[in-house]
Amino acid sequence: MRNVVPVLVVLSAIVGLWWAAVAPMNMRAALDVAERAKETVVPVGSVARRDISVFKLMANNHEHIASGYSLKRPRLPTPVQVGKEFWKTTGGMVAKGRAFSKRSLIYHGWITLQSTLWGFLLGTTIGILAAVAIVYSRVADMSLMPWAVISQTIPIVALAPMIIVLSNQVGIEDRIVPKAIIAAYLCYFPVLVSMVKGLRSPSSSELDLLKTYNAGGLQSFLKLRLPASVPYLFTALKVGIAAALVGTIVGELPTGAISGLGARILIGDQFGTPLAIWSALFAAALLAGVLVTLLDIAQRVTLHRMGFRS
Amino acid sequence: MIWLIAVLLFWLAAWAMNVWLANSKVAETKAIRIAVPVIFGVTLLVLWEGVVRGLNISPVILPAPSQIGATLMNSTDMLWVDFKQTVLKGALRGFAIGSLAAFITAVIIDRSRFLTRGLLPIGNFVAALPIVGIAPILVNWFGFDWQSKAAVVVVMVFFPILVNTVQGLSETDRMQRDLMRTYAAGYLQTLCKLRLPAAMPFIFNGLKISTTLALIGAIVAEYFGSPTRGMGFRISTGVGSLDIDLVWAEIAIAALAGTVFYGLVAWLEKRVTFWHPSQTG
Repeated sequence: MRNVVPVLVVLSAIVGLWWAAVAPMNMRAALDVAERAKETVVPVGSVARRDISVFKLMANNHEHIASGYSLKRPRLPTPVQVGKEFWKTTGGMVAKGRAFSKRSLIYHGWITLQSTLWGFLLGTTIGILAAVAIVYSRVADMSLMPWAVISQTIPIVALAPMIIVLSNQVGIEDRIVPKAIIAAYLCYFPVLVSMVKGLRSPSSSELDLLKTYNAGGLQSFLKLRLPASVPYLFTALKVGIAAALVGTIVGELPTGAISGLGARILIGDQFGTPLAIWSALFAAALLAGVLVTLLDIAQRVTLHRMGFRS
Repeated sequence: MIWLIAVLLFWLAAWAMNVWLANSKVAETKAIRIAVPVIFGVTLLVLWEGVVRGLNISPVILPAPSQIGATLMNSTDMLWVDFKQTVLKGALRGFAIGSLAAFITAVIIDRSRFLTRGLLPIGNFVAALPIVGIAPILVNWFGFDWQSKAAVVVVMVFFPILVNTVQGLSETDRMQRDLMRTYAAGYLQTLCKLRLPAAMPFIFNGLKISTTLALIGAIVAEYFGSPTRGMGFRISTGVGSLDIDLVWAEIAIAALAGTVFYGLVAWLEKRVTFWHPSQTG
């Protein structure tokens, strides 16, 4: 809690910098707009202005700086513009009773969330199963572990279009499946690594104690190794859900998807509407924040109930 | 059918071989530690080849590894041009600029407790965000050539390295810092001789995470506009024109580049942090 003040100060500094950067970023566009409205601009013609530095333009045309803050298609929108657009496509749509229309970010966020959660579920399951295999089998440890590391050094975006083409050819029409696979690919690794660590975390004296109780392999797994790995699991889940969201958005970006936050970014780029891109980015950031926070709360509650001291 | 049976037999044989190797007395030697995963990888490739041939899968859907290999050998010139554009120009330059900027920022904000407490939570949060989404904006700002790709990479690698470096710089304990003070060491000396070396495992952790991010950023940015070369460009046009074996060849190169890049950083880490328990154990 003691971090609140510094975080707020830094945040407002970032917003201030952003605000200040809008003027130079949008100066040329603002002058073009002013010139078309038959206002006096020094020098005349956007070609003549091209080689002059932005700051000189700002000094010569200071009366036009303000119009850079209200452009329709800005290079860099102001925080207020982004906020308005974000509200228009979320809360505004709810107010109109069309929360799930195709123009609403809630609809697109829901599409992205679905793939993210499926991918998260798939990735976590694979991660945990592989970790159990690795802890209990030397062959799995020796042959799987190096490939798990290598799999993460492969840029998944290169594979993403192929995964989508392949699943189309196999006859999976649903767009959720390929996106979930990509999300799972990014998500399983942190879970795998942490679970291997967690399942191996009981000391040999603890394992020996269970042996003196005449506990079998399954019992020592359920009563000792699995509970001991829970704190590791939750830490990994928080990393994993963020990775799954990145995977889903990467899966939506290059492949001509029409719904989902990634698709909004893509469409905003194709139609030249930067405000749509920015508000979709903020929606994605918000989604990531909510998901990680929810898992954080789940972690606190679970660990508290299990009697771990945090 | 004969292919499927042969592949199945090969799989079982390789599996038995790995089980035997892993449980043999020489399992701890370095050769076996490398041989077991290699056998596993080769088995996967053979499985792929056999299934594609056995089920007569059209090369437009999934080409066999042998075919991909042939394409790779035939188009080395083009692949090299793409590699230069994406990896050497976009990813590596962005990685260098981004990690240097993050490192310098970390050292500066480390001087102020207030800034550290304010920036660390924000940096942690931003590092978890899907930053790839800013690619179209940066392509719009910096044009189609490698500059915009490098810019995307800079933003993507900045936060993981920043957060890790700041954490690493606070790794030394009071005793160690007091010892430096008894030596009459100034800020700069303490930084260079004690705190930076102690931070190295953390910094390398950030660098290793960023190697993959750099390649991802450089390739994604190319989907949003690039000159007529580059791995992302070739992959997106290849999927459109059904040059699937060429796409797989690019993927193979990207995978190789990613692995080698990671391997280089990991090797450097081993040389720099040889004193750390995780390296000596």
